[in-house]
Amino acid sequence: MTLSGLAYIGLLFAVVLGLALPLGRYMAAIFEGRVRWLAPLEGGLYRLCGIDPARQMGWQAYAVALLLLSLVHFVLLYAILRLQYYLPLNPAHIPGMSPRLAFNTAASFVTNTNWQAYTPESQISLGAQSYGLAVHMFLSAAAGIAAAAAVMRAFTGSHLTSLGNVYTDLTRITLYLLVPVALVAAILLVAAGVPQSFAASVTVHLVQTGAAQPIALGPVALQEAIKELGTNGGGFFNANSAHPFENPTALTNLLENALLLVIGFALPLSFGHMVKAPAQGRALMLSMAVLLAAGCVASYAAEAAGNPLHIAAGVAPQGNWEGKEMRFGIPASTTFNVSATGTSTGAVDGFTDSYTPLGGLVPLFLMQLGEVTPGGVGSGFYTIIVFALLAVFVAGLMVGRTPEYLGKKVQAREIKLAMLAVLILTLLILGGAGLSLLTASGLASLANAGPHGLSEMLYAWSSATENNGSAMAGLSADTPLLDYGLGIAMLLGRFAFMVPVLAIAGSLAAKPRLPASSGTFPTTGPLFVGLLVGVIIILGGLQFMPADTLGPLAEHFLLQAGKTF
Amino acid sequence: MSAPETISLFDGAILRRAALDAVLKLSPASLARNPVIFVTETVAALVTLVAAGEAYGGARPWFGFTIAAWLWLTVLFATFAEAVAEGRGRARAESLRRARAEANAKLLIAPPDRSLHRLVPATELRRDDVVLVEAGDLIPSDGEVIEGVASVNESAVTGESAPVVREAGGDRSAVTGGTLVVSDWLIVRITADAGATFIDRMIALVEGASRRKTPNEIALDILLAGLTLIFLIAVVTLAAFGRYSGLLFSIPVLAALLVCLIPTTIGGLLSAIGIAGMDRLVRFNVVATSGRAVEAAGDVDALLLDKTGTITFGNRMASGFYPVPGVSEANLAEACLLSSLGDDTPEGRSILAFARDRHGLTRQPPEGAEMIKFSANTRTSGLDFNGQSYRKGAVDSVLAGLGAEPPDAFTAEVERIARAGSTPLAVTHNGHLLGLIELKDIVKPGIKSRFEALRKLGIRTIMVTGDNRITAAAIAAEAGVDDFIAEATPQNKLDYIRKVQAEGRMVAMCGDGTNDAPALAQADVGVAMQTGTQAAREAGNMVDLDSDPTKLIEIVEIGKQLLITRGALTTFSIANDISKYFAILPAIFVPLYPQLAALNIMGLKTPESAILSAVIFNALIIVALVPLALKGVAFRAIGAAQLLKRNLLIYGLGGIIAPFAGIKLIDMGLGLFHIFS
Repeated sequence: MTLSGLAYIGLLFAVVLGLALPLGRYMAAIFEGRVRWLAPLEGGLYRLCGIDPARQMGWQAYAVALLLLSLVHFVLLYAILRLQYYLPLNPAHIPGMSPRLAFNTAASFVTNTNWQAYTPESQISLGAQSYGLAVHMFLSAAAGIAAAAAVMRAFTGSHLTSLGNVYTDLTRITLYLLVPVALVAAILLVAAGVPQSFAASVTVHLVQTGAAQPIALGPVALQEAIKELGTNGGGFFNANSAHPFENPTALTNLLENALLLVIGFALPLSFGHMVKAPAQGRALMLSMAVLLAAGCVASYAAEAAGNPLHIAAGVAPQGNWEGKEMRFGIPASTTFNVSATGTSTGAVDGFTDSYTPLGGLVPLFLMQLGEVTPGGVGSGFYTIIVFALLAVFVAGLMVGRTPEYLGKKVQAREIKLAMLAVLILTLLILGGAGLSLLTASGLASLANAGPHGLSEMLYAWSSATENNGSAMAGLSADTPLLDYGLGIAMLLGRFAFMVPVLAIAGSLAAKPRLPASSGTFPTTGPLFVGLLVGVIIILGGLQFMPADTLGPLAEHFLLQAGKTF
Repeated sequence: MSAPETISLFDGAILRRAALDAVLKLSPASLARNPVIFVTETVAALVTLVAAGEAYGGARPWFGFTIAAWLWLTVLFATFAEAVAEGRGRARAESLRRARAEANAKLLIAPPDRSLHRLVPATELRRDDVVLVEAGDLIPSDGEVIEGVASVNESAVTGESAPVVREAGGDRSAVTGGTLVVSDWLIVRITADAGATFIDRMIALVEGASRRKTPNEIALDILLAGLTLIFLIAVVTLAAFGRYSGLLFSIPVLAALLVCLIPTTIGGLLSAIGIAGMDRLVRFNVVATSGRAVEAAGDVDALLLDKTGTITFGNRMASGFYPVPGVSEANLAEACLLSSLGDDTPEGRSILAFARDRHGLTRQPPEGAEMIKFSANTRTSGLDFNGQSYRKGAVDSVLAGLGAEPPDAFTAEVERIARAGSTPLAVTHNGHLLGLIELKDIVKPGIKSRFEALRKLGIRTIMVTGDNRITAAAIAAEAGVDDFIAEATPQNKLDYIRKVQAEGRMVAMCGDGTNDAPALAQADVGVAMQTGTQAAREAGNMVDLDSDPTKLIEIVEIGKQLLITRGALTTFSIANDISKYFAILPAIFVPLYPQLAALNIMGLKTPESAILSAVIFNALIIVALVPLALKGVAFRAIGAAQLLKRNLLIYGLGGIIAPFAGIKLIDMGLGLFHIFS
């Protein structure tokens, strides 16, 4: 590790926090309906779609509307992917996807996962990329943020019956947040050299041989912007953010890294503004930041320490450069990957498969923690609320009262739903990976044997369930088992988690919000941040330790002893 | 207060009985309501079967049998903890049961005529039967006096041997089955069917027979069941990951891992904590009708306290002598003293005491003096002696007899005293006005600091009084309460409670009269006085056998202590898991990857010894924590933030560190005897 490497991590955090502070306030204004600078357009959209913006929805109505919208999107996207050969904007004449790959891809983009079992350049048309996938990069991100806004509203008052209106939430989040910020970011990226074109490719003549080589092009800049901003992660190119057209310079690398963190960190701040207690939002944000910073430093340290075998052979004394984007170096490259797994973005500018075992354990563990560092846009917020409720419940009894969070009593119903949500994630990740490793088809997908193979499978199921979408690579994901299995994991990991959380919000909303007194469990300050971090690690991560020990940890100790796979 | 006898934590008889009960409680049917321990028992049975199968096949599965034995012990320790808690309650119930009336009752054939009655066994009495109870009879069941006055010895229930008066009508009409009529007679209408009397309910509650899970317990149970399921998934899938890696785990190994990870410590102690909380309340001579009420006491945000008797002593006492201009204070004090010699009321005695303490004056009634006793008609008392006449009494009565206008300074002083919530008495000597005595309702010493302590816990205190607003405000300020209800009526008390509850707060109050019943029923915690009416006792969810309204504060603390104990042991139990990973994971993976021995940071001797040590620690910690579960975590009236910091340090951080030391010690102990090492 070098000081400048650590300084880069510090710089990134400073940039993100600097952007998140005003953005958090602005987003609170959006959620409260106070941002109206496109009011005519917004009103027009409502009239066009027959939406009554004044309608208030309880948690069931909100959840049902989100589920139905997602179902419609899923069916539409599935149809686009199957029929892309016949649809406009297919200059490369790419054939329609197979049913199972289309299922997997549709599930992936509807759930904000962006797991890519396909190779973008050869298996998806330009049209399907833009009106299929890119559209969902906005919609699925907006859906996550809307659910988070609904959860926030539960804490804003007493005896509430409504969590808001899902249609106005989606419209406003798209109109006032995602589109404008993505546009500005896209323009910055274009300025830095990212292409934005509807031409299929550009042909260049190689310097040495003079041979002609086509290089794929497309509307890259906009997709890149929303890919990071909406914690989607689906790259225009298979190499994702390691591709020079997606991420040409060190500055774009920093910008993209900041973009993928900013909404996640701003959401708890918005929450603080909405509940009129900014310190509460800061405590949640700090908990996220502490975990992410620890992850960034740990992964960087492991990679900077390097591979003992390389060091012994004298080939790479300067740390483990394998799997890093050489243009950006170890700290920037690992930090990008850790940020992308800590935000369920799944964008990569390096290959985790080639990381040292400990360096690769960090992204894996951040996903298993439940994606709260700061997690996917929206989903990271409502997940950390689940953990905050559990933390308050376990430790809150220790102050001698029925635990309450922001004045809302945490009782049997909330605990039941919270445990259900955590249970679903554990079951999908461990059950899915365990079962896959027992089948011949699952074993055939692995590129490596031993603990490394185990890590690859565990990583895939963690990534899908937590709607991350990043891949450790080394795994052939386009098989019937993994296409369907991971597709189902993505859908359940998203919706079977979101619905109980909305139910918790509905239950809390109906309760009175008690004013704080000196007998109230303090949910701000360093003590609570420490407690919350502890609960996230113990309740959210410890159950994965046995499996992780057989994977990356075993590989680490074997590597130290000179054994590789 | 005479509390029931204290029961030692390690009473031999209770422990012996509990050991037997612990075995009986192993029945899966009775364990099914405790998911964590139920899973432990299932796993213990499975390991036993597997080991037995191997033994049948000719092998010697010592390790399997040892693990099985300790898993069974884990279950046994958990049931033992519950049995001990119940045993302590049963011991208390035994003394109550002795009081239960088994005599015959005199059932009136044609009430209210008390000349005709027939004898029926008390156990056959039904609600609304009317019985006669005479001196020397036990009152056969709970009821309400409809005729007569008698003194009743209620020591069977309250432990207080001085008889109390019970009479028809008013606030002293309730009688309790099993108490003894000492003099006179009563006609009583029975209000409880046999088996449902107050004493029956008390017995059932302290024995834990009618124990239902409280809301917090249910929520905690769900959390523990959820954690158990999560770890079940982790352990079952580990078998798959192991198989992929080329490692077939044995059943005892997986069972050990599972039982060590699921929260057996809190799972085993949860019901004992609840029973012990109830028991602590009984030791304070308070009986709750449900565990829910005890828990609610911990949640209370507002306490409604009667002014008289709770905040103040209730009888007014002299607190100052104020002479009119031209009269010396010594002369006035002398006159106050002499005029009060004939006043036997507590107020009169307090004037003598004040003269003695503040002015160093003591007098015996002079020889031949004529004492004018205080009477409610004249509202004055005094003394005539050698032609000297001293009088003191209510200002208007004394002034009426004087005929002259009082000086302005006097009138002003009267107003000041009245405004301060006190009562002025005028004092005269030979028809000349000397000055005033201030009689004040004295705020109990120390009550202000108790209210401050409550405020730190986030609890507001509200004084309830029949006084007017001005008087009430003065006393409220002196006692340091947060709010007051002046000119209290049953209706405005009820309205106040509803208003506070509408803000989402929980209210506790105590009361004794029938007109308190609606408010007692509305309050989240309603403590009825044992001396109160049957209606009040039915409406409240606790009964204070000592009829001491200040106990509301202790009740709140007991409720809080109960919740804190649960939270502390839950935190401890969950924090324990970290060390168990470091003990068990290297041990079970080392056969495959010897390099993972690096994770054995405790330096445990062999894999078998490591696993066994973790299992033994997991079992023994339950027994080790039984005293804490029964006694409760020490409670301090400090703010929530300090309390959290303190308990998080002890039970959170302590819960992480303690098992590292414990497991290491057990491993060393096993090594000493060369067991699996």
